[in-house]
Amino acid sequence: MENAYLPIPVKVGSIFAESEDRMLKTLDLLFLNKEDEENFKFMPGQFCEISVWGKGEAPFGIASSPTERGFLRFTINRAGVVTTALQYLKEGDELGIRGPLGNEYPVDSFRGKNVVIIGGGFAFTTLRALIKYLLASRKDFKDITIIYGARNPGMLLYKDELKEWERRRDLKVYITVDEGSEAWQGLVGFVPTIVEKKAPSPEDAFAVICGPPIMIKFTLPKLTSLGFSPERIYTSLEMRMKCGIGMCGRCNIGKLYVCRDGPVFNVAHLQSLPQEY
Amino acid sequence: MKKISKKGMNEFIQSLMADYAVFAPVNIDGIFSFRPICNFQQIDRDYQNSKKPPKEVFFPQSETMFEYKNGKVESTEKVTRKRLLLGIRPCDARANLLLDHVFGGQAYKDLYYTNKRDNSIIMGLGCSQPLSSCFCTSFGGGPFSTAGLDVLLIDIGDRYVAQVVTDKARQVLTGKFAEATRQEVELAEKIKSEAEKRIKSRVEMEGIKDKLDEIFDNPFWNRLSEKCIGCGVCTYLCPTCHCFDIADEVVDSEGKRVRNWDSCMFPLFTLQTSGHNPRPTGKERMRQRIMHKFDYFVENYEEPACVGCGRCIMNCPVNVDIRNALQEILKT
Repeated sequence: MENAYLPIPVKVGSIFAESEDRMLKTLDLLFLNKEDEENFKFMPGQFCEISVWGKGEAPFGIASSPTERGFLRFTINRAGVVTTALQYLKEGDELGIRGPLGNEYPVDSFRGKNVVIIGGGFAFTTLRALIKYLLASRKDFKDITIIYGARNPGMLLYKDELKEWERRRDLKVYITVDEGSEAWQGLVGFVPTIVEKKAPSPEDAFAVICGPPIMIKFTLPKLTSLGFSPERIYTSLEMRMKCGIGMCGRCNIGKLYVCRDGPVFNVAHLQSLPQEY
Repeated sequence: MKKISKKGMNEFIQSLMADYAVFAPVNIDGIFSFRPICNFQQIDRDYQNSKKPPKEVFFPQSETMFEYKNGKVESTEKVTRKRLLLGIRPCDARANLLLDHVFGGQAYKDLYYTNKRDNSIIMGLGCSQPLSSCFCTSFGGGPFSTAGLDVLLIDIGDRYVAQVVTDKARQVLTGKFAEATRQEVELAEKIKSEAEKRIKSRVEMEGIKDKLDEIFDNPFWNRLSEKCIGCGVCTYLCPTCHCFDIADEVVDSEGKRVRNWDSCMFPLFTLQTSGHNPRPTGKERMRQRIMHKFDYFVENYEEPACVGCGRCIMNCPVNVDIRNALQEILKT
């Protein structure tokens, strides 16, 4: 068995500031060894521990889909020691990743169904991976609805892709901001309100929701009143993590470790766990 | 049953050092712990049990996981020498079996731990004089339990009677061990049963888990955590606690990744970078410690993560007694 604590060597392929305040940056990482790249089999929803040599490690959801070859994408908010170091890396800088870790969105059970994807803020990363994955075999899924909100237009992730998705006729895309600007012509309003207004049908549908806890808290009742059962709503949790493999003991909710048994949970399952997250 | 004189034991230990890294009880400023020794004279037998649990032989308090220089990683999980762990108590030997569940899991193995475990032989020492804080019998253990041991030594005065538990041990015990006589075996049995009688403290475990399932939101946890100062000694000295932190240490371009014991009793343990903390006060942290040991661990591995060694009771600066806590839980 391989040592699960040893990072795989990668380098920065590109680095791009997503938001106007430059606090959110997207890094595309490239594998240094072809073999590592071939062995790295992942699915949307999984995460990696990224090592910055000398600074430490932190967990990040994978923002690219396995259907996009050649790079691994992460979007990182500058908050602590590791994220700050990550944001000032240059193209070609070497770092390490461990993964893929955790479980995935249950894409197989989405096949032949309608999928409603609801995101808020910079938690949109693994949802991007999911959307790209679904689009890569678009005909396997029925209606796909995307509702995505950010504080203001500048804080939206993946702006070019959002425009592209809005133009597609096989997607329903609702982008909203808490506070508009003069140039903003889209929706204004909090995510729960937009969900209520656009009222995606629960018929034959699954919902995936990912965002700040406060958004999830107010969106879940809206989904419930639209008729989504908790078994059909999935979300992804965040916790402080170190090992990523269920041993260091800090990310548990009851008997489950978010790193190993999550981060993706269906809401019915979450409701059965101790409310401590 | 085998036997060996105490003098013979010293010679035996010395002879093992050619092939094994020997870990034995050492007294450093009155604090006993299991350390690598190079001479049998370093051993101090004047202990009831070590202050630090012998889990550190397999799961050190601080351990380098790998070193790196200019991005080139050199790992340290390989074990170069076999280990012989001498003189640990049966409670601590059982604790290692519980740690095996965590570090030797199905999906992932912690090679730093499992490599050391797989390359070790453990010669335990029966507990002739258990303390008032000992409650190993509440968890199916006992002062002379052989679970997790390769050999159990029983001190019968000027010599030891040795109960060989595993085949692995048979290969190690040399000609210095002779067959024990009937009298010697009987004396060992007598010491054993007297020691068992001395363990008066017993915690009723029946129903604890079911009760814990019900009382997550009970105000009981406020009361229980009221006097706790969050020093974490109960977790550091616990032979079954396995939580750790991972950190990088660096000088110029050379660095290492180190893991250190950590504790669920500290607020930083779960504090997220955003400022959110799922266990913000002592109440949640005390609840986590008890729940983990007597509820979550039972769900995952079908036995509680406690062996009744009593270290948390002996060393708590404010006299939190886990036995009382368990009793109160049943009454809640």
